[in-house]
Amino acid sequence: MPEPERPGPDGPRPDGAGSGGPGSVGPGGVRPGRVPETAGPARYDPLQPGDREAIAPTGQGGPMDLALDEAESLERAIPPAPGNPREKARSLWSDAWHQLRRNPVFVVSALLILFLVLIAIWPGLIASGDPLQCDLAKSQEGSAPGHPFGYDTQGCDVYTRTVHGARASITVGICATLGAALLGSLLGGLAGFFGGWWDALLSRVADIFFGIPVVLGGLVFLSVVTGTTVWPVVGFIVLLGWPQIGRIARGSVITAKQNDYVQAARALGAGHGRMLLRHVAPNAVAPVIVVATIALGTYIALEATLSFLGVGLRPPTVSWGIDISNAAPQIRNAPHMLLWPAGALSVTVLAFIMLGDAVRDALDPKLR
Amino acid sequence: MGRYVIRRLLQMIPVFIGSTLLIFVMVYALGDPVAALFGDKAPDPATAARIRKDLYLDRPLWEQYLHYMGQIFQGNFGTAFNGQPVTELMASAFPVTLRLTVVAIAIEIVVGITLGVVSGLRRGKAIDTTLLVLTLVVISVPTFVTGYLLQFVLGVKWGWVRPSVSADAPFDELILPGVVLALVSLAYVTRLSRTSIAENTKADYVRTATAKGLPRRRVVTRHLLRNSLIPVVTFIGTDIGALMGGAIVTERIFNIHGVGYQLYQGILRNNSPTVVGFVTILVIVFLLANLLVDLLYAVLDPRIRYA
Repeated sequence: MPEPERPGPDGPRPDGAGSGGPGSVGPGGVRPGRVPETAGPARYDPLQPGDREAIAPTGQGGPMDLALDEAESLERAIPPAPGNPREKARSLWSDAWHQLRRNPVFVVSALLILFLVLIAIWPGLIASGDPLQCDLAKSQEGSAPGHPFGYDTQGCDVYTRTVHGARASITVGICATLGAALLGSLLGGLAGFFGGWWDALLSRVADIFFGIPVVLGGLVFLSVVTGTTVWPVVGFIVLLGWPQIGRIARGSVITAKQNDYVQAARALGAGHGRMLLRHVAPNAVAPVIVVATIALGTYIALEATLSFLGVGLRPPTVSWGIDISNAAPQIRNAPHMLLWPAGALSVTVLAFIMLGDAVRDALDPKLR
Repeated sequence: MGRYVIRRLLQMIPVFIGSTLLIFVMVYALGDPVAALFGDKAPDPATAARIRKDLYLDRPLWEQYLHYMGQIFQGNFGTAFNGQPVTELMASAFPVTLRLTVVAIAIEIVVGITLGVVSGLRRGKAIDTTLLVLTLVVISVPTFVTGYLLQFVLGVKWGWVRPSVSADAPFDELILPGVVLALVSLAYVTRLSRTSIAENTKADYVRTATAKGLPRRRVVTRHLLRNSLIPVVTFIGTDIGALMGGAIVTERIFNIHGVGYQLYQGILRNNSPTVVGFVTILVIVFLLANLLVDLLYAVLDPRIRYA
């Protein structure tokens, strides 16, 4: 610690509530030279990171932006619990859970996702057939008893393939989101917490990734890094996804570390690790969770788009994107081949986006 | 203002270098352009070495990159492997994609902002809820699904439009592809302007304008809309570059021979000069669009000044 510890000139506040925003750091504040960017109604300067700086440069990012746009309010200080002292104050999380349980959108999308995860793990539960077993004689036939969705061009059962396709999409979605969220919040959080040249470097690197259209980068990257597993696709999505989550984490950590309780912990002699883990991280993680949930939906759509273009997952992996790509030229003769996997894909993406929407509403105290 | 623009232009340089270098490394270091030139056959080592020398591929990567960038700033984008200059490909592809992007952006602005204003002014009413649900659905359905469905329903089944676009790609044939390309962003513009309008309807200046006795139409268009457009303009600005690059899927569905088509072909055939050249132009377009957006802020909101 190069700076002298603050002896606590402005002590505990009279109202006892640490509701002061970033502007509450007193004159001659703890950390000279690191003026909080969000302090006061600052003059607009486009060179400083703004509220909505993490705009995705692609159509793919649309829903992501949607999350960021409204998640921005999460980064502000949470107002103190309402007055009644006899009522035990609920934490942000139990409050959010309380609200989520009563939100029909959350219940529906959570059940849907639970179902999707179940059939991704055990597709045999509702589809006993083998997705790779096909009978050319039945090519493009419509629905038949026991085969409700009909057959595709190769004569494979569309129902079985649609059910088994969930596994690839869910795996890619979850692995890519976990990777991007961990990497992004680690790098972004550290950058926000320590600031300095590391922060500046990271912001510039993120700028570079934002400059490359996602689908285009995917085409180039995945046409040279190939494989029959899901890992090249997951790796690519993590590579292009972490800067977005990193920016959210950074902004959120910067806001959280200016709170009085963090300054108090510093004054009591807490080390960097303890401050970061015990005080900053739990209060900065909410926006990251919201964005990651919505990102999961967009990553699944991205995987399907890449598979559709022929560079994502490759046969014999069963994937909705591949099936849609195969069915597309035959849409005049047999639209059912396209509609079922496309419907499944859309419902899955919708479920994750709705879930993220509901979680954001629950975690955002401003909307209550 | 002038100083601000210069500062911004200088800041673009590292981003430009980083993005192009990233693509350059992926194309030239991870893939092998010379092997791609020979297709499935193994190249004769002597010939391969000669081609490498001709194409400057025998140097270290950073030297190749500097050489390439030097050539680009002299207007020489190299030749595609079929002998056609890349600039010629660009001259045929960019006007088509530009028209497609113009159609898409126009649809986004007109339809998106209108819907956003309508639902923002009636927050909580039936039409607002309907639009919110609709936009969520539109966002969830991937572009290639909507593209094929609309092409099938409007183009093939009902015969309202031509299902695929002819070589000249005139504006009227680009309307359906434009809608498909714009759809996701359209939903986003709608939600964004809705939020912004709904927030600003409670602002003091709107109440003042109404109290002065201004007609409602004037309050909405001159006072409310102008103040609510900043987030929308930001999004549309970043979207310009995205639409041009993201047109790969749309152009493939409707068989439009634009930037996306050329890039797709270039990537499939490992045609490195085409890919890097097109991507470089796209990155420049994206950066300039962002700058333009920042300058537009000051037009929309006179309180914003650039030092």
